[in-house]
Amino acid sequence: MKLKGEFNKDHVVSIRDFSIEEIEYVLDKAELMEPIAQGHETTDILKGKILANLFFEPSTRTMLSFEAAMKRLGGNTIGFANPDVSSSKKGETLADTITVASSYADIVVLRHPQEGAARLASKFSSKPVLNAGDGAGQHPTQTLLDLYTIRKERKEISGNKIGIAGDLKYGRTVHSLTHALSMYDTELTFIAPPPLQMPKEILRRLSEGGIGYEQHENIDEAVEDLDVLYVTRIQRERFPNEEEYLKIADSYNVNLETIEKAKKDMVIMHPLPRVDEISPEVDKTPFARYFEQAANGIPVRMALLSLLMGVEL
Amino acid sequence: MNDKKRAIKISPIRKGTVIDHIRCGQSLKVLKILGLTDVEIRDVVSIAMNVESSSGKKDIVKVENKEISSEELDKISLISPETTINIIRDYEVIKKQRVNLPKRVSGIVRCRNRNCITNQREPVDPEFKVISSEPVNIKCIYCEREMKEEEISENLL
Repeated sequence: MKLKGEFNKDHVVSIRDFSIEEIEYVLDKAELMEPIAQGHETTDILKGKILANLFFEPSTRTMLSFEAAMKRLGGNTIGFANPDVSSSKKGETLADTITVASSYADIVVLRHPQEGAARLASKFSSKPVLNAGDGAGQHPTQTLLDLYTIRKERKEISGNKIGIAGDLKYGRTVHSLTHALSMYDTELTFIAPPPLQMPKEILRRLSEGGIGYEQHENIDEAVEDLDVLYVTRIQRERFPNEEEYLKIADSYNVNLETIEKAKKDMVIMHPLPRVDEISPEVDKTPFARYFEQAANGIPVRMALLSLLMGVEL
Repeated sequence: MNDKKRAIKISPIRKGTVIDHIRCGQSLKVLKILGLTDVEIRDVVSIAMNVESSSGKKDIVKVENKEISSEELDKISLISPETTINIIRDYEVIKKQRVNLPKRVSGIVRCRNRNCITNQREPVDPEFKVISSEPVNIKCIYCEREMKEEEISENLL
């Protein structure tokens, strides 16, 4: 089915390369993929095509979802999930690994511990490169599936008040998401202990772009007028000692008491894996959408695979 | 009187390039950027640091016999955007211009992010997009990390 709009990218490296029109186009395409992603319909538009999953650091969920997305479209996958088996262990440059892998496959998915790895790969690959996370840098398919989830659950991305909680200082997911949301007409609320608040640089850019935002120290004081609460993990290693960590982590726990104050139709999201940020008792409430969010990774990745390979559904 | 004193410090050159209004203390880095610290350089290079001028103290570099291209000189704007360039022939200034920050910068500075792929053993030069010229702010095209003047100065290749 032909959609209005265009997608002219050779690679998907950073969400910063996308305009709002391109984002919406990908999300529309993902919506069309839903029946196939859920197994209600089948297709073989990528029959005979091979995806190379090059995971230089482990990320089981991301790797499985790319594999599932490719197979739902009728394609095949090759690759590795353990850098110990790759020739980088023998001292090969990433540039060489990519040059070779792109001659074996039709599309390359790369996860790498160093920032900028995907951009470098895109310069050496003869096939489209999809960034599946590079160090503390970009993870564009995560951002797109976050946006897809917000749109699916709230009908539209604009018009929502979105709270983002957790490690806002170092979290790459929240930086990319904030950048993407700032293209829409949303109100943003940043919830974090002061040492982990959103970097000043990002706040300054929001102000310059006329984007309104609030800052809070804990979820309880911010939750009541939110439409979406996006929770991320606070990492132990950011704190000088266990005691400090527990003190903060405790105030970032979303439980039944927290959601009592929330709007009835508020949506709770989390990029997963979670540790203690959301109590399991919340999972069964209608607020919880984080498992659906993870499932949304499949249609979004299917959309990107088909667009990058120039094959219409 | 002042003029005379200055003339003694750095005498006029017959032919070459005078790099003036260099931000105080940056002249050695200017030499490095222009590759003038190379032992193979045969031309006379004179440096004056902390020279009084109407707009405060500055550094000056004079390179004899060599007309440095403006493309080369523009690289200086990364660490000293107010710098002016004078091309000299027969003791006369035949061309005077300010340095301009290019849109992209490559091969002069490394990314400050130690975990950037360009700081690994990969066959690429670090490359940056210029975000703003006043104040200078550049962004690594690989890891997207931004660098300000001070960081640029600390990471010259």
